[in-house]
Amino acid sequence: MKLSRQQVEHVAWLARLGLSEDEIEKFTVELSNILENFEILNQVDIADVPPATHAVPLQSVFREDQSFPSYPQSDVLANAPKREEGCFKVKPVLE
Amino acid sequence: MNKLCQLTIHEAHELLKRSEISSVDLTKATLERIAEVEDKIHACVTVTEDIALKQAEEADGYIRNGNITPLAGVPTLIKDVICTAGIRTTCSSKILENFVPPYDATVIKKLKTQKAVILGKANMDEFAMGSSTEHSAFFPTHNPWNLNYVPGGSSGGPAAAVVADEAVYALGSDTGGSIRQPAGFCGVVGLKPTYGRVSRFGLVAFASSLDQIGPITKDVTDCALVMNAIAGYDSMDSTSVDYPVPNYVSYLKRDLKGLRIGIPREYFVAGMQEGVKSALEIAIKKLEELGAEIDWEVSLPHTKYALAVYYIVAPSEASANLARYDGVKYGFSEQNASSVIEAMEKTRQFGFGTEVKRRIMLGTYALSAGYYDAYYLKAQKVRTLIKQEYEQAFEKYDALVTPTSPTVAFKLGEKLEDPMQMYLSDVCTLPINIAGIPAISVPAGFVDGLPVGMQVLGKPFNEETILRIAFAYEQATEWHKRKPEI
Repeated sequence: MKLSRQQVEHVAWLARLGLSEDEIEKFTVELSNILENFEILNQVDIADVPPATHAVPLQSVFREDQSFPSYPQSDVLANAPKREEGCFKVKPVLE
Repeated sequence: MNKLCQLTIHEAHELLKRSEISSVDLTKATLERIAEVEDKIHACVTVTEDIALKQAEEADGYIRNGNITPLAGVPTLIKDVICTAGIRTTCSSKILENFVPPYDATVIKKLKTQKAVILGKANMDEFAMGSSTEHSAFFPTHNPWNLNYVPGGSSGGPAAAVVADEAVYALGSDTGGSIRQPAGFCGVVGLKPTYGRVSRFGLVAFASSLDQIGPITKDVTDCALVMNAIAGYDSMDSTSVDYPVPNYVSYLKRDLKGLRIGIPREYFVAGMQEGVKSALEIAIKKLEELGAEIDWEVSLPHTKYALAVYYIVAPSEASANLARYDGVKYGFSEQNASSVIEAMEKTRQFGFGTEVKRRIMLGTYALSAGYYDAYYLKAQKVRTLIKQEYEQAFEKYDALVTPTSPTVAFKLGEKLEDPMQMYLSDVCTLPINIAGIPAISVPAGFVDGLPVGMQVLGKPFNEETILRIAFAYEQATEWHKRKPEI
């Protein structure tokens, strides 16, 4: 599986990951090589095999719907790069 | 060097109990050791000297009142991927360089309940992605046995610190070998518990279906003591399993008579170092002398697919988990951008290192429209087959024994530019995470002055048997008593 430069740029866009020109070139080659190593899985007969999800079979886990104190707003916002009036602040989302 | 820093947990505990030493003495000795060797080893990201000494004073008061627990007053280092309230938790990443968690991970709460002393946070590959600790955004950690070599990874800081006596023990995390491989490279004991055995609450997520927290210790008894403290159900982790926790120490002093141990031949792979192979053969013969029945002809044919399965599943889960680093809620944030999207892209471009970006790219690709069936879904189906193969093997055997890694530690820089070569150093450890079973690495010899690790794999929720095997082997050998000259 060879990745094209356009595919690398598209995947970076999906991941909201800015890449430098050097990184785009490097990843185009490296990711293609890594994907080639995954082709070994084509040898396995997986017809009728269910996919694994977790290592340990746990069904839906429920607990009682009890209320308990949350973290204070000041703690939650303490690590925020930008905050205003008790909110996280982001750049304008709408034009 | 103050010799107190060389103590194991159980040795320190005896001295504390008899009031022959205080926790303050012991804590000062380890802090002095950190000051003495840290410019060579670089195992620590943050050392919290004042907090540690305060905790040691509290522990001394607690012990004086007759309330001694096995970990009381004993100093530990915590891999910097486990949240510590009020102490920055960086994951050795620029993006979390100044992140101070508002809460403790469940394992930290449990250590604090026992009045453990926390010395600080230990270095790692960024977000636990790597096998050499060279992917730390801050600095690489050096192997105390030879400073030109890597300590392994991603828990390279914790493993190097323990063998260098910078901490009596450490907590690490293991997604594909990140406790066991560095434990093997540094000549200490490391255990990855069964998935669900130890709460992941407060462990910064890398690959949620594979991650587990576990001990890195100087010997097997210490490993059992730490497991006693951290194992158990936690309602804060929905994948934690409500299964009774035995007293692991009580299983140690039983001989190996009647235990059936299988040796899967696929783990003795091409490209394996000859010295590692012969060290393992000698170690396995020792297990036989100790009474175990050895079957040298076990085959787990799907093992050869584990690397591909792992490097699809783990990056896929990582790409989803690391979506949270957007520069809004916490962490590094690039404000020099014209839109909210551009701010996110730049934050992640400048905040993440190359290996993290590589895995986000790989995982995002494997999950993207049109490729999901070909990669992620297929990998999860092969994962089922790998799991089933272990289940079948454990119908016949009580444990399986393999090398922890195909080679001893490699040189700093040797694999840094070749991601596939780096990934291959986890080839013996990552199948265990895929299957969710427990495994321990125990010192089993040396090649060219560098430690060899033996890995013992067990049935789910049967850590006691692999601890028992590791203990019997340790007691019959002297490897764990050797110390590096730093």
